[in-house]
Amino acid sequence: MDKTITFKIDGVDVKGFPGQTIMEAADAAGVYIPRLCYLKDLTPHGSCRVCTIKVDGRAQAACTQPIAEGVEVENNTAELNEKRRDIIDMFFVEGNHFCMFCEKSGNCELQAMAYRLGICAPKYPFQFPDCSLDATHPDLFIDRNRCILCGRCVNASKVIDEKSVFEFVGRGAAKKIAVNADTLAGTNMAVSDKAAGVCPVGAIIKKRVGFEVPVGKRLYDTEPIGSDIEAKQ
Amino acid sequence: MSQKLSRIIKNACESCGNDRNRLMDIVTAIQKECGAVTLEAMDIIAKELNVQRVDVESVVSFYSFLSKEEKGKVVIRICNDVVDILKGAEDVAKVFSETLGIEIGQTAADGSISLEYTPCIGLSDQAPAVLINDVAITNLTVDKAKSIANDLKNGVLPESLTKECGDGNNANDLVKSMVKNNIIKKGSVIFAERQSEAGLEKAITMSPSDVISLIKASKVRGRGGAGFPTGMKWEFTRAAKGDKKYVVCNADEGEPGTFKDRVLLTEKFDMLCEGMAIGGYCIGSDSGIIYLRGEYAYLKAFLEKKLSQRKEVGLLGANICGKDGFNFDIRIQIGAGAYICGEETALISSCEGLRGDPKTRPPFPAQKGYLASPTTVNNVETFCSIAKILEKDAAWYSAIGTKGSTGTKILSISGDCSNPGIYEYDFGVKVSDMLKDAGAEDTKAVLIGGPSGQLIGKTDFNRIICYDDLATGGSIVIFNSYRNILEIVKSYLEFFVEESCGYCTPCRTGNVLLLNKIEEILEGKGEPSDIKYLEDLCSTVKVTSRCGLGQTSPNPVLTSIKNFREVYDAVLKLNEDGRQPTFDIKASLEVAEALQGRKSVIY
Repeated sequence: MDKTITFKIDGVDVKGFPGQTIMEAADAAGVYIPRLCYLKDLTPHGSCRVCTIKVDGRAQAACTQPIAEGVEVENNTAELNEKRRDIIDMFFVEGNHFCMFCEKSGNCELQAMAYRLGICAPKYPFQFPDCSLDATHPDLFIDRNRCILCGRCVNASKVIDEKSVFEFVGRGAAKKIAVNADTLAGTNMAVSDKAAGVCPVGAIIKKRVGFEVPVGKRLYDTEPIGSDIEAKQ
Repeated sequence: MSQKLSRIIKNACESCGNDRNRLMDIVTAIQKECGAVTLEAMDIIAKELNVQRVDVESVVSFYSFLSKEEKGKVVIRICNDVVDILKGAEDVAKVFSETLGIEIGQTAADGSISLEYTPCIGLSDQAPAVLINDVAITNLTVDKAKSIANDLKNGVLPESLTKECGDGNNANDLVKSMVKNNIIKKGSVIFAERQSEAGLEKAITMSPSDVISLIKASKVRGRGGAGFPTGMKWEFTRAAKGDKKYVVCNADEGEPGTFKDRVLLTEKFDMLCEGMAIGGYCIGSDSGIIYLRGEYAYLKAFLEKKLSQRKEVGLLGANICGKDGFNFDIRIQIGAGAYICGEETALISSCEGLRGDPKTRPPFPAQKGYLASPTTVNNVETFCSIAKILEKDAAWYSAIGTKGSTGTKILSISGDCSNPGIYEYDFGVKVSDMLKDAGAEDTKAVLIGGPSGQLIGKTDFNRIICYDDLATGGSIVIFNSYRNILEIVKSYLEFFVEESCGYCTPCRTGNVLLLNKIEEILEGKGEPSDIKYLEDLCSTVKVTSRCGLGQTSPNPVLTSIKNFREVYDAVLKLNEDGRQPTFDIKASLEVAEALQGRKSVIY
């Protein structure tokens, strides 16, 4: 950890250490790169593509791209933010997201990212997929209408909880999250598992606590998502 | 039943050493024997391999040749690639469906026969074609389809449907297929007369790094289409740290319209193995894997026999060609119907018994590939070229072709032409010359490099095939003036939607949205602003997608807008009432009118 790597994000010097990703170095420096699937302490999934940046002109995912000496990274540019808005729009139309009656509203990273990027209404046609709900577990439920396939629950359950409760099935637009039994109640999932608390949206919800914090006092109700990272600057 | 299932599964697992990484072979064997990999089967597999059931389900649900629900004892897969449709695949499908009394996508009530569509099966030169279990039936007509459907109904086995074998090794006892090679133009590298094994014999007289230098000097680049310099790839893999290294051959050609590897596997398999052994020698690997697409399963027994013959004569195994310490063996990994597995990191995932998801890069396969070991993945044609380069020399090879694209390129030419088949050209061949050779008349458009390449029109027919102008992995599809460009674009988008792995958002959903819009335009609901909508969406999918599939899947849209703009302009019109063409005011008012119990006064 003795060697420092210096590179630029949007023209400003950022320092990091060998082995760090651009996301990690940017976070430490107080530079916010929009993201959805990435969560600190989990294996970067690189699937949402919201953190797409350009490294010396080449598009990469900031969450998986290692830092390198002297590279020039573009992050907060009109072109990239437009692409990020497109991707967020895709999430909204590929699932069924009704923020107004979702218990995650205000704590939802997808909703918060849409606000931060200035999305008022999706520009793509809604796909209205037919998704299933699993409320069999005594303490948790899964609502696949809201799942954004970020893989956080898969990774947390496999690596941190060492249970492998979740995995993806199907491919393409038919890809969805599955559990290691006929229903969630049939698995060894516990509400205290790491996997129960990592969902960025309202796809995995803890029962009976959804409205403990009232709307208006939730995580992203007053400050945009990413403010905590930008406050480090 | 359950006991029988359990025994079948235990045998399948044991024959793969209960190795989790061999899951593809295990589930493929079970699918073949039982017609499905049911949840019950997955439970048993999971226990045998010490994994979770959902891990098995994840893999089975990914590949289109594997299924949780029971398929018929006979599965008819009708190729619905664009070329097959041009040649009448839809009529053939209709006949199968009517004669068998089942819809496409269904299984007969008695469990005897399933009927489904499948993307390009590598037989575009003899379309329309179908796969019946592993048996390929080519050049179908409505009458032939009817007679085959009746035969199958009467219990004729798929193997007995082949009446006359094709040329060359298609007639081999272990192949016995009606597939024809259709080798029309032989070039100086792959299809030229040669002294077999001369390349390998020469390589082992040199040091591995000298062989790599020679390959670098030949300037040969990857034949899969991306064109990465092979010598450099091998140098990286050789230099990477790792006790175990792998040489992987990508024989998963799935780009619609390509079939060259089918012919190379059938006729030039020894040359391929020779190239792979040279690769093993160069990078310091004793293990090779050939990833054979599931559609070419009819070649597997033949190829395995060839491998064992090579072993018998000391061209594989220990101390190859009598060279002490040079050990190299090859195994065949069969795929199960997933275009994405032609992407090298997805191919590696599949070899490891996982979903065919591409891997995160870096690390690149040269550093961490198969089972996290340094791995080189090369195309069938690349390995064959290497064998010839070693037999001759670098200067001989680099004199062929153009400055930036040395050697020859094998093209799979199909579509509207009288001589579809395999053509080996020196790099630098002009499109117009190629069209002339293929007997193409009245050509309106040519798809260079398949749908992930470019759709070009007449003004580009003087351009040449090479990495710096029109790059291609080998697929060339010709369309005459009767063809509807927008229908072609739509078909290819359907292909990408079907074949996207779904890992990343822009490819998973962006391609669906592109298809939605093209369909709208075809329905006459397009407006001029759709061009910008399509271009912006294409750009997002291309720039932000995680792998080559999404980075190229918008190409049919982009290149058709660029080269056939008039096709779009003809159908994109402003609505006279000023509303969006997609908005139907009358239909939108229906619900409100029903509630009110009266018709709208204004509309």
